[in-house]
Amino acid sequence: MSWLNRLSEGLSRTRKQLSESLNVYFELSPEVDEDFWDNLEETLIAADFGVMATTRIVGELQDESTRKALPDGAAVMKLFYEKMAKLFATAKEDCFDINPVCILFVGINGSGKTTTVGKLAKDGSQNGRKVLVGSADTFRAAAIEQLDIWAERAQVPVIKRERGADPASVAFEVIEAAEKSGANQVLIDTAGRLHTSDDLMRELAKVVNVTRKRAASVEPTPFEVKTLLVLDATTGQNGLAQARAFNASLELDGVIVTKLDGTAKGGIAVAISEELALPIVRIGVGEHIDDLRPFDPQEFVNALMA
Amino acid sequence: MFDNLSNRLQSIFSGLRSKGRLSEADIDAAMREIRLALLEADVNFKVVKDFIASTKEKALTSEVLESLTPAQNVIAIVLEELTNLLGSEAVKLQFSPRIPNVWMLVGLQGSGKTTAAAKLAYRLKKQGHNPLLAAADVYRPAAADQLEALGKEIGIRVFRGCGKDPIKIAQDATQDAIDNLRDVVIIDTAGRLHVDEEMMAEAEAIRDAVQPECILMVVDAMTGQDIVGVVEAFAERVDFDGVIMSKLDGDARGGGALSIRSVTGKPILYSSEGEKPSSLEEFYPDRMAKRILGMGDVVSLIEKAQEVADLEIAEEEEERLARAELNFDDFITINKQMKKLGGMGSLLKALPGGEKALADGQVDEGALDRMIIIINSMTAAERAKPSVINGSRRARIARGAGVEVAAVNQLIKQYETMRKILKQMNLGADSVVKKSRPRKGGKKSKRKGSGRQQGLSKGMGRGMPDLSSLGLSKKGMSPSQLKNLEDLLK
Repeated sequence: MSWLNRLSEGLSRTRKQLSESLNVYFELSPEVDEDFWDNLEETLIAADFGVMATTRIVGELQDESTRKALPDGAAVMKLFYEKMAKLFATAKEDCFDINPVCILFVGINGSGKTTTVGKLAKDGSQNGRKVLVGSADTFRAAAIEQLDIWAERAQVPVIKRERGADPASVAFEVIEAAEKSGANQVLIDTAGRLHTSDDLMRELAKVVNVTRKRAASVEPTPFEVKTLLVLDATTGQNGLAQARAFNASLELDGVIVTKLDGTAKGGIAVAISEELALPIVRIGVGEHIDDLRPFDPQEFVNALMA
Repeated sequence: MFDNLSNRLQSIFSGLRSKGRLSEADIDAAMREIRLALLEADVNFKVVKDFIASTKEKALTSEVLESLTPAQNVIAIVLEELTNLLGSEAVKLQFSPRIPNVWMLVGLQGSGKTTAAAKLAYRLKKQGHNPLLAAADVYRPAAADQLEALGKEIGIRVFRGCGKDPIKIAQDATQDAIDNLRDVVIIDTAGRLHVDEEMMAEAEAIRDAVQPECILMVVDAMTGQDIVGVVEAFAERVDFDGVIMSKLDGDARGGGALSIRSVTGKPILYSSEGEKPSSLEEFYPDRMAKRILGMGDVVSLIEKAQEVADLEIAEEEEERLARAELNFDDFITINKQMKKLGGMGSLLKALPGGEKALADGQVDEGALDRMIIIINSMTAAERAKPSVINGSRRARIARGAGVEVAAVNQLIKQYETMRKILKQMNLGADSVVKKSRPRKGGKKSKRKGSGRQQGLSKGMGRGMPDLSSLGLSKKGMSPSQLKNLEDLLK
């Protein structure tokens, strides 16, 4: 728990109704002065919003508060929350509700793809979907075994090949198997890769293309294919570069932010969602199966400022 | 990977450079830019604050402002402060006489501990040690399988033990190492969040059970602002000895590296880039600081080059250079000067990516010597006017130098390439021929020779030549220039 948290908790006793969402800024500086803006700026930067986004957001907020002659910090913060929530791109529908659907999980090494697939598999089958997971991470040592264990826990079938197999061919087989078995939610794990590695990005583009092509010819109903970027919340400004590169190669459909149960705020996700118009579809807030939650912009912004 | 930050700082300094004197406002402007660049590079904002404050204070001394070359001084200060921030010298791990030495890896989930453990073991094996890997991550599914697979690839034994209790695994692994004559045990632990009380207590328990000689924290180079809280918590609970930065092969600016040292005082010991087992390297703070300034090295190189050049390049030669009418006599002069600068190697190291090229063996340092041998076999007329060299002359030169004609052909081709580079460099940059070379101020310059005195009087008030005058504008060389240079060095 950060000192801000503790402070706001202590102060909340005196100002109960405001304490939760309108946090410490209000208590710290009821007057909108230089310190108020500096604090806000610092908080956003510390939450990995990035300097550019922070400067822009704070600048706009300053202009607007002056124009509207907002009386105090609370009013400014209220405006801030409203503005922030609007920054996120929204999805037309939850891609996990699409039926039938094939979802590919991509991202850099260690962002939490395999774990996310494992959790979602269990989630899906609990929601009555016929889930099939596929391991197209044929590169990392024991990635297949890791997914295997998750699949076992979720009691869903898994399609895999030996380590070193061509990931695109694995993806192809996964869809084939889904067609045969009548699965309606296919989750495909891919190998983590740095977005700066051209070869690996091309390999991934091939995996996605093969999947899209094969999924389109599935009988009786073609699978809709969604590609989701799995992003570690602790990622700093490089996250934007990652998202740009993955989006350019694969045309992403959304982002899953993992590891939000630490102290990282995941502010970079805001920039990604806004710049690339990508909805955040799930957030990971813990180790347990139900800790992968739908994304709520308001909640996210509140947590950012906490 | 720090190149992006370097570019930023360079563009700031080329702005500073073009001014002869700096005002406080100039320094402020530069500091604002540096702040922005550092924040964008994920350096923790508190660290940035301190950094800017101390740098600015130093930059604002009258010594700097009133010196003839304040920009240089500011650069020197920033470099120095950056080096301090990263730790002023490389720290090496010491082995204790105990057999086995125990090393333990800790970190957040997904930071790259298992991969780093294998790389570290591989490195120790190369150094003649006999390491044992211990798989103490009992939580992540198949984590032990992963370590085992990696261990098999690099031919290192992996101890899995009971696979349930990490403390027991660590203890048993130590015993296993004694039984199997291994001198180092590397314990791969589970990823844990710094706020997870139970898991942090477990890490402490493992530490207390095996009393490791060394605890290394693995940190992802792409981590953002949160890193400071994370490493602080790990430092407090587990008290690690040093850091391995992972995933440095991406384009993350790695500002976290800057923050860790300054917040916890713990050194960064290794940097890990890529998938190969051999891609774990020692971390050199001074080199890194220079690379952060990017042209930091090139800056001093240019300074050095000008010192040499001032004394040696004859005016007519200089003009020929400017008109890109380079001949083989100039080649020899340039080669001599290059030797004075510390040879091809040090020249390359100063260029972005040059160090890697050298390390990878892509550059043949002896190539220049072989060129000189061929040139020495030419007549004076041929050297002065390379265009006269026809087929039969080539054959004669080859015989004289004891090489194949192909080698002579190659040299002439390289000569053409070099001329092309010079032409490109000179485009829009007439200042190479500037006769007056303002002298350097600051600590680094060695003031000697009457030529330098002359330079001083001429250079006064003229302003600093900036990098663009050498074709090394803000972004360094253009891709085509780099390409040519690369071709030349092959």
